[in-house]
Amino acid sequence: MSSRRSRSRQSSSSRISDDQILDLVTKLQQLLPEIRNRRSDKVSAAKILQETCNYIKSLHREVDGLSERLSELLETTDTAQAAIIRNLLTQ
Amino acid sequence: MTTKHVIATTHTRSIKNRFARRFLRSLLKMKRSNRLGIGTGTGFQSNEEIRKRNTQRIKTSAYRSMARVVGPRKIWSRALLFKLRNQARIQVGLRKRCLVSRKKKVLRKETKVQVISKGPNRADNLRKLVPGGDSMDICSLLEETAHYIKCLATQVKVMQSIADLYST
Repeated sequence: MSSRRSRSRQSSSSRISDDQILDLVTKLQQLLPEIRNRRSDKVSAAKILQETCNYIKSLHREVDGLSERLSELLETTDTAQAAIIRNLLTQ
Repeated sequence: MTTKHVIATTHTRSIKNRFARRFLRSLLKMKRSNRLGIGTGTGFQSNEEIRKRNTQRIKTSAYRSMARVVGPRKIWSRALLFKLRNQARIQVGLRKRCLVSRKKKVLRKETKVQVISKGPNRADNLRKLVPGGDSMDICSLLEETAHYIKCLATQVKVMQSIADLYST
């Protein structure tokens, strides 16, 4: 959709201001490893949103991969060892 | 600014610890109930299928653990728990419950149409990725996304370190 249209809609809703959204988008940028260190005026909001989507997708893929790895590992390790690891981690 | 930052880091650290504890507990539970052992199945399934099912189970338990740790104060965690619960129900085959969830889905679709017409459409991809995102206004969508990303990154980190510990 055209940006003009969305902007007119934004200004018509009194509750949400452009500044507020910009502030939130900048906060989002701080969390993205790809574009975290770039200056905020160099990166457009659309780019940040796109990068956010990519980052979430890559994290989902990582969870998939790690689940697979863990299921393989859990088949081979015995419960005693798992309990020891648990103690180590939760201390 | 600095005190705020310190609070934020200790907060995420506690989420990390609580997630690790919860996730490990469910992993051990799975292990102990011997559902993860190969060859202990019904015999109809191949090892490949069992492994696939276990992977799915571990994945679900990871997402569920994180959503539980975050608790009901975030929209995304509530939506995620709701989704996982519905998936479990469908798998178990409780038809009555499924009907209820379908009704709710219809309701959600209606709100979705209203909200999207207000906000910029660029955020639509994000709505699909953040649980519950389709019924949020743009401000809460951005806030929830930030929190969701933080939690997902923590989840990945913890799962990574558990996998590393197991393999040594």
